[in-house]
Amino acid sequence: MTSSSYISATDKTRKQVGQPASRVDGRLKVTGQAKYAGEFNVPDLLYGVVVSSAIAKGKITTLDPSAALSLPGVVQVFSHENRPSLPWFDRSYRDDDTPPGSPFRPLYDAEIKFSQQPIALVVAHTFELARYAASLVRVEYAAETPDVELSSKWKDEYKAPTGKIGYEKPPKPRGKPKEAMAAAPVKVDAEYTHAAEHHNPMELFTTTVEWLGDGQKLNIFDKTQGVINSQTYVTRVFGLSKEEAHVVSPFMGGGFGSGLRPQYQLFLSVLAALELKRSVRVTLTRQQMFSFGHRPATIQQIALGAAEDGTLQAVRHDALAETSQFEDYTEVVVNWSGSMYQCDNVELRHFLGKLDVYTPLDMRAPGGVTGMIALESAVDELCARLGMDPIEFRLKNYAERDQNKDLPFSSKELRACYRQGAEKFGWAHRSPEPRSMRRGTTLIGWGMATGVWDAQQAIASAKATLSALGQLVVSSATSDIGTGTYTIMTQLAADALGLPMEAVRFQLGDTSLPAAPFEGGSLTAATVGTAVKNVCDAVAKQVFKLAQKIDNSPLKGADFDDVEFVGGRIQLRRDTTQSVGLTEAMAQGNGEPIEETSTAIPNLLKQLQYARNSHSAIFVEVEVDEDYGTIRVTRAVSAIAGGRILNPKTARSQILGAVVWGISMALHEESLLDLSFGRFMNHNLSEYHVAVNADIPPIEVIFVEENDSIVNPLGVKGLGEVGIVGVAAAVGNAVYHATGRRVRHFPITLDKLL
Amino acid sequence: MPHLISSSRPEPTAAPPPAVAVALTINGQPYQLQVAPWVTLLDALREYLDFTGTKKGCDHGQCGACTVLVDGKRINSCLTLAVMKDGADITTIEGLANGDALHPFQQAFIDHDAFQCGYCTPGQICSAVGLQNEGKVKTTDDIRELMSGNICRCGAYPNIVDAIAEVLNTPPPLSSSAA
Repeated sequence: MTSSSYISATDKTRKQVGQPASRVDGRLKVTGQAKYAGEFNVPDLLYGVVVSSAIAKGKITTLDPSAALSLPGVVQVFSHENRPSLPWFDRSYRDDDTPPGSPFRPLYDAEIKFSQQPIALVVAHTFELARYAASLVRVEYAAETPDVELSSKWKDEYKAPTGKIGYEKPPKPRGKPKEAMAAAPVKVDAEYTHAAEHHNPMELFTTTVEWLGDGQKLNIFDKTQGVINSQTYVTRVFGLSKEEAHVVSPFMGGGFGSGLRPQYQLFLSVLAALELKRSVRVTLTRQQMFSFGHRPATIQQIALGAAEDGTLQAVRHDALAETSQFEDYTEVVVNWSGSMYQCDNVELRHFLGKLDVYTPLDMRAPGGVTGMIALESAVDELCARLGMDPIEFRLKNYAERDQNKDLPFSSKELRACYRQGAEKFGWAHRSPEPRSMRRGTTLIGWGMATGVWDAQQAIASAKATLSALGQLVVSSATSDIGTGTYTIMTQLAADALGLPMEAVRFQLGDTSLPAAPFEGGSLTAATVGTAVKNVCDAVAKQVFKLAQKIDNSPLKGADFDDVEFVGGRIQLRRDTTQSVGLTEAMAQGNGEPIEETSTAIPNLLKQLQYARNSHSAIFVEVEVDEDYGTIRVTRAVSAIAGGRILNPKTARSQILGAVVWGISMALHEESLLDLSFGRFMNHNLSEYHVAVNADIPPIEVIFVEENDSIVNPLGVKGLGEVGIVGVAAAVGNAVYHATGRRVRHFPITLDKLL
Repeated sequence: MPHLISSSRPEPTAAPPPAVAVALTINGQPYQLQVAPWVTLLDALREYLDFTGTKKGCDHGQCGACTVLVDGKRINSCLTLAVMKDGADITTIEGLANGDALHPFQQAFIDHDAFQCGYCTPGQICSAVGLQNEGKVKTTDDIRELMSGNICRCGAYPNIVDAIAEVLNTPPPLSSSAA
């Protein structure tokens, strides 16, 4: 992508939406001025360091803080033995992303439920002292053997009675799946697994609590994907009012789902601040960030049956995913196998295995990533048996309706993804036989897969204030976790009032702003974007009324729909020479700003009549060294049908990042659980491998044109997640094409090829 | 049956170490610090001097978010104690721009959208400056390899490579398999 000046200062009439504008917060981020939760250096700050449980199951029998407390400068050691009174009921510990069950309560009692459970917080005048003192807390445990073996849980056939938010149980079986499978002449029946994965955002989980010395008032700078979620949690647990618990999070150093639930550093820092009446910061270590939510390890058994001509005749897909003993974390894993392709005989089941681990947590495209590994790999296996091109199979069995829901799609330009992606990649030059393509001594493999995700809209509010000088401030308590929220909201607001982006400021990440949901589920552009558009339109109507009050106003007698806001002016659509300047109009208001607040509610009556999804086709090339088994992805093309693209620059980055995640999942990432101790052994960035720069090839991103008037008024579908779905399968399919070896246990590390 | 496990930490043998004087030049300005010897350069910058542009991502030299330039060389400031750098000349992300004029790498990172959450960005940019000083880059493959000490979890790597290649005027490798 070429550089900067897409928006020329002279071209004031150009619409901002659809332009590849650079991030409005870019300057703050490249100069180190963007402040993250652990960087609000408030006066007289104390530092808390967490002591983590050495065992995964059992009880604390002794917790002796005396050696730690004897050090000058250590202020307090909090544990279950001296914690303040806390609520009794589970409902007080729930947040907006809590699965059914009994949420974990830090420092509640002596019971240990998972490895690295926080058991004490050491608070001292410096970070270094707190860290040292934490090593001196003497703990004895009555340890029990943890049960962390997922594969042993198939026999339980445990299905979650209810699911968490967003969960849809698998649909009832349709057709005659068993008979159809038995009769199908060409079949695949295989087991796919992937290990647990941890989000590992770059920023450590941190909360800085500022004690304001005014009653119990706190400023809480939290690493979170939703300030309101953190606020709700803190008010319920500690009995604070919303005014007392002011949560702020202007920047977040990566989320990927890890910040959808309040993490325990929030609880511990607020507890310490309230007890000590001091400002406190608690930062988790990278190791401790393996002690909470993660993508659950999942075992999947999938069978596909087809006719000789490639018609899909039967699908069976079972998944067994881990959850904790205390909460039923559920994600939609198998349902995709019932909606992705046309098939009349389908049986889908989703089981949970309860283990002595912390509850899993949504991680970028939760469930979709998992289920589509199995489905899209199995489809590739089926194509190999059929001797059929993988794209041809997908077009032959293309789903025109969502058969799970028996609904039409609001829009689905997946065919265009296949076509444009294949063309860009050069798929037509693929020689279908495995091991048939080489470059020098290395084997070359080309693989592809489909991706899919939900296009959702939730409820959000926004406020807009236009000053007499024509400066617009728009706000909503949403987040920008790197997705580009600041930028696209600025573009939407600028267009609504015909202002340049420099005249618009968008504020987020503050509970004093109008409510918005946490940033998750790829719904922020649709949800907050609609609220921003609505509230700015409401301001525009007010300005228009003022413009009509001007003596001899050329807009007199016009309706709002007759005018447009362009280049700082309100002009008649039919005669653009007839116009009033925005500041001229505002002068009629005696220098008073115009302020509007509004709430955007999805039109469910319309939306629920359709299946609403984004789609993608992903193509990758791998090089495999035959002797060493080393695998490198050498190029990738991702073609996305994601509705309207508000900003092609930040949109492309979301997809790039998602493809990087997919490659990383395919080849690198796994949290290795020690089956004796119930602990993730590789709990650091040296041993938990994430893709680094050298692992990532040039990646092409294509946005196919897709118009959708159903999903939301903006026609956007959300891009944070769709780009990762299918990528790991495409890499696995490419490895098969290169080597003739089908690896069904992800990540595909070199040892599995030797 | 439950079995007893005890954490066998040693009793403290000494009081916390006393602070010592450290002189650092940071972004051209002299600073006098009193810090204990166990304070890393990273924590000295972030917690004692409010240079929070330098980031902590792992505290173990595994992620590169804390990269700063010491006498022009890129280092992980989390693996360096402040006292070890007494008298050193340190450049952080806050010191790269010249007033309102961004450093070419800073501008290129914005132009190429070479970041998302922005948390690894100061380290990436300082690392790029160090890379330039080292003078080893011949092709974009070298950029990929020599920037691999800086993890970007958002996955902005292709844009990071483009941004750095633009500033260094780096060609792609001759044998590039890229389409």
